[in-house]
Amino acid sequence: MEQYVLPILFFLLIGAVIGVLLTVASKVFFVKTDETVSQISDALPGANCGGCGYSGCDGYARAVAAGEAPPDLCKPGGAEAAKKIGAVMGVEVGDVERVTAFVRCNGNCDATEDKFTYIGMGSCAAIERFYNGKGKCRAGCHGMGDCTRVCENGCISVINGVATVDPTNCTGCGKCVKACPNKLIVLVKESRKYMVRCSSLDTGKDTRQICKNGCIACGICKKKCPSDAIIIENNHAYIDHAKCTNCGICMSVCPVKCITGLPLNSQAVCAEQK
Amino acid sequence: MELVKNLMVILFTGILTENFILNKFYGICPFLGVSKTTNGAVGMGLAVTAVMVGASAVTYPIYHYVLLPLNIEYLKTICFILIIAAFVQTVEMILKKYVPPLYKSLGVYLPLITTNCAVLGVTILNIDNEFGFIESVANALSGGIGFLLVMVIFSGVRERISRCDVPKALEGTPITLIAASLTSLSFVGFSGIVDGIFGG
Repeated sequence: MEQYVLPILFFLLIGAVIGVLLTVASKVFFVKTDETVSQISDALPGANCGGCGYSGCDGYARAVAAGEAPPDLCKPGGAEAAKKIGAVMGVEVGDVERVTAFVRCNGNCDATEDKFTYIGMGSCAAIERFYNGKGKCRAGCHGMGDCTRVCENGCISVINGVATVDPTNCTGCGKCVKACPNKLIVLVKESRKYMVRCSSLDTGKDTRQICKNGCIACGICKKKCPSDAIIIENNHAYIDHAKCTNCGICMSVCPVKCITGLPLNSQAVCAEQK
Repeated sequence: MELVKNLMVILFTGILTENFILNKFYGICPFLGVSKTTNGAVGMGLAVTAVMVGASAVTYPIYHYVLLPLNIEYLKTICFILIIAAFVQTVEMILKKYVPPLYKSLGVYLPLITTNCAVLGVTILNIDNEFGFIESVANALSGGIGFLLVMVIFSGVRERISRCDVPKALEGTPITLIAASLTSLSFVGFSGIVDGIFGG
């Protein structure tokens, strides 16, 4: 009997002693942490995406608590997190609009061609240094998927040679923006409904020879736009979203169909992938 | 005089010939996990040394004055794990309170020591070798210093490897294990050095 009771008693005793000692120690060696930091941390989504420019949610929370960062930088958390943080810090925060990534290129395999066959590292950054890529268009998507690899939510896939963002799960963290060597990816506010899906700055004549879907800066959109929101600059059309009323006329008149409606239909994207 | 000679023998044996990592193969997890940079390796090595010495000093009286008289010395493994875990927790709290920079630089390594078999190994070996209190502490100290030494040496090796063109099939863990085995072989060269110095 004793051989069973003794070990049990021993462990009960040692457990109790250690428990008491640790409790006492945690009281004696208690370190006061800043409560604002933990409150802000609670308000953040904890995605640690780094989209705010800090080393994860904790780093951002500390920066906000120290007054070094504004409360509305968290993109995954959006307006909700910004409001909560604002409440903790006692600051009024305006609405933060959701942003999603958008690839300014539609030079897919049907629209443009390669100028040489590339055998080497499967990375856009590598291929960019090699005669500005294998495609005829030096401004276009190399399709090697550097953005795909950095995206933590799997929103970006290379479809028919061009990186395409499915905005459904995009948190707008901006990692793909940094990864793209051609600076093709931009973060677009959700209220923007039309974007020019090209970033070529070649002349219209050159662009036409290179890619069927490229912007040739013909200016038809500019002429037809009722709110004067389109700027033609550097052989390229830009939509000024301060003036744009989302009427969609530019998209319907574009002869090369390089103006695209947002959000890109994710179901269509998936169907195309299959 | 006999004690001093004994301690010196224990010290040299622990650091060189009976090294915890390379001869007994304890603590391989942090050896492979934390040796990527020299800074991390030094931090981990120092933390393990401190915990080894502390754990030996705590477990010795518990074994000799509690477990042995009660005839339940077969419980030493599970009991020591408990004590080491509690000890690491306490060390963590003390560091957090009084030496925040060190606490920050050690970071996640400190809790990891709780489950480090080298620490448990040194306390059990103290008992298997029938060491006294001072010898136990010296054994723990030598084990810790040996751990630190190997961590630092190997982190240098790792940093060199990271700049080499490793064959594709061996990239990552395989080349690390090969490097570890070569480092281990080099420590075999120390065998006999203790007998040589202290005349058996």
